[in-house]
Amino acid sequence: MIKVIKPGLATSVQDMGREGYYHLGIPPSGALDQYALQAANHLVGNPAGAAGLECALVGPELEFQHDALVAVCGAQMPVMLDGREQRPDTAFAVRAGQVLRFGFPTAGARAYLAVAGGIDVPEVLGSRSTYALGALGGLQGRKLVAGDLLPVGVPSGKGRAGASLPMALRQSLGGEVVLRVVPGLYFHRLTEVAAKSFFTDAWPVGSEAARIGYRYKGGGALSFQPREQPFGAGSDPSNIVDSCYPIGSIQVPAGLEPIILHRDAVSGGGYAMIGTVISADLDLIGQMQPNQQARFLAVSLEDALAARRSYKKKLSCLARLFG
Amino acid sequence: MANTPIRYSFGADEHLFAEVSDSMSLEAFFKGMAVTRAVERLALEGVLDICLANASFQIRFDPDRIAPEALLEAVRGAEAEAVAERSLSTRIIEIPVLYNDPWTHETLMRFRDRHQDPNSTDLEYAARINGLADVEAFIAAHSGAPWFVSMVGFVAGLPFMFQMVERERQLQVPKYLRPRTDTPKLTLGHGGCFGCIYSVRGAGGYQMFGVTPAPIYDPQQSLAYLKEHMVFFRPGDIVQFKPIDRQAYDQAVADVEDGRFDLRIRPVEFSLDAFLADPVGYPRSLQEALA
Repeated sequence: MIKVIKPGLATSVQDMGREGYYHLGIPPSGALDQYALQAANHLVGNPAGAAGLECALVGPELEFQHDALVAVCGAQMPVMLDGREQRPDTAFAVRAGQVLRFGFPTAGARAYLAVAGGIDVPEVLGSRSTYALGALGGLQGRKLVAGDLLPVGVPSGKGRAGASLPMALRQSLGGEVVLRVVPGLYFHRLTEVAAKSFFTDAWPVGSEAARIGYRYKGGGALSFQPREQPFGAGSDPSNIVDSCYPIGSIQVPAGLEPIILHRDAVSGGGYAMIGTVISADLDLIGQMQPNQQARFLAVSLEDALAARRSYKKKLSCLARLFG
Repeated sequence: MANTPIRYSFGADEHLFAEVSDSMSLEAFFKGMAVTRAVERLALEGVLDICLANASFQIRFDPDRIAPEALLEAVRGAEAEAVAERSLSTRIIEIPVLYNDPWTHETLMRFRDRHQDPNSTDLEYAARINGLADVEAFIAAHSGAPWFVSMVGFVAGLPFMFQMVERERQLQVPKYLRPRTDTPKLTLGHGGCFGCIYSVRGAGGYQMFGVTPAPIYDPQQSLAYLKEHMVFFRPGDIVQFKPIDRQAYDQAVADVEDGRFDLRIRPVEFSLDAFLADPVGYPRSLQEALA
C-alpha cells in the first residue's frame, strides 16, 4: 500500500481510460497526457497502460509501506525522496517507510507517477481511471484525500532502478503551445472575421484548466452569424440543438472564451463547436499552466492523420526500447 | 426534413459528427435513431462508440483501425438504406416529482444574479413566458403529457427529454444567463425545448422546477431497476412525470435508502404516425399503459 499523507491539488488514479460508454454520458477519462503515463510505466516495467497517479500542479505527499520501483514523467516537477531530489524521467527504488514529495512545476502542469505493479484499484467498465463527476472508477470514484491507502499490484520484475528516457523521447514543455485544429462541426456559423481571428489571436489559459476542459481567454470575441434560431436551439447565436461533443472539440459560449473539452468531457450540450484539436496534440493541453499561451493552427484531416502516425511512432520507439 | 441529406463533419481524426437537422423534431430524432442502429448492425471494426443525440449523432472511432473516409462511406451507405422506423417498441416509466421543492428553491435563490428575472422563481418565470396563468398551470402542462428521451449525456446518465405535444404547446425557456456552479442531484431541469433530470450534483444552466426521489445513475447499482446497468435511461424511453407531495417524497427517499424503492415501468409501442395524426389523444393512450 501507498499511504496518502497530503493529497495535492487534484491527484487521481488514471490509466488509458475506458471506451464505449460515451453514448451514456460517461467520457473516456484516463491520463490527460497519455504519452507521459505510458513513458513512466515503461520505466518501471509495467504494461504501458497500467494505472498510475496523475498529479496536477501541486503534487501529493506519499508514504510507501513497502519497497517499490517508481518513475515520474510529464510535468517538470522536482521529486524528493526523503528530501533527496531524484532524476526526472528515470526509475528509482523506494524503500518501505520512505516519503515522496513533489516541488512546484517549472514547466508543464501534470506529473505522472508510475509504480511497478501499477495502482491496483478495481476496474470499473473496463478501466481503473477516475471519473470524478460520475463518482466512478479510481479510488472510490474521486480524487485522493489524506489518509487514503493505494493498493499496488504485483511488479513484472522487468523494471530496474536507473532506467531513463533518452533525451529524444522526453517531452519539451512550456512556452507558447501550438494546438492543431481541424475546423468543422459548426465552424461555418462563425463570421468571416471570427473565423480568421480565432487562428491569429493568442489565447492564454483562463480560469478553468481541469480534466473536463480547458478555458482560454484574451483573444478577440468570436461573433456568430446572426440567424433566426432553429426550433429547440436556444436564443443565443452560439446555441445549437443539444448535440454530442467530440473529445478535443472547441466551443465558444456566447462567443467569449473558447473551451476545449478533454477526457472527462461533458458528452453533449447546446453550444456550437467550431473545430476539434487533433488527437496527437491532446496531450499538450493538460500540460498547460494557467496563463500559458496557446495558438490554434488550422490543419486538414490528412495532416491530423499524419501527426497521429508520428505520435504513434514515438510510442512504438518507447515500447521497443523497454519491451 | 426527412429527405434532406445528413450533414457530416469530422471532429478531427477520432470523431465523425452528423447533423440530421438543425432544428428539433421527433422526425429528426427517429431518423438519427434509424441510421445509428443501421451503423451498429454493421459492427464496423474500429468504431468505439455510437452516440445518438436529439437531432444529430456522433461516432467515436480509432483511425488506426478504420480510415475516416471508409467510415464515412459506410455511414452514408447506412443512411441511404436505413428506413426511418416509424414505430418503436419501448417502455413508459412513471417518474415521481416533488415540484417546487425546498432544495432547488434554495439553489435558485443562491444563483439569482445569474437569472433573467431575479425577482421571480424559475417556475414563476417559466409559467409567465410560456403564457400560462400560474405555477400550478405550468406544472399541469409539464406533467400533463409524456416525454420522449431523445438523448442521454452531458454527464453520466442524464436524459434529455422532448415533450409529446404539438410544437405550439412545447414549453420553452432560455438557459440561465451564466451557468450555476451547483445543481442538486435529481433536479428536474429545462432549457430550450428540452427537459432533463440532473443525474448527479454539479454545474448546470437549465431552469429548475423540482426533484425526483428516483436515482437514475448509480455506480453501486443498489436498486432493482439499476441492476442491469448503472445508467437507467436509454434514448427512446418514454417518461411520464407524476406530481407527488412532500410526504410521498420523504417516503420514497426512505425506500431508496432501504433499497426497496422501485419504478412503475410498462412496455409500450410508440407510433410516430399515430402521434403526428393525433398529438393530443395519442399520448393519453400511452399514459393508460401505466394505469
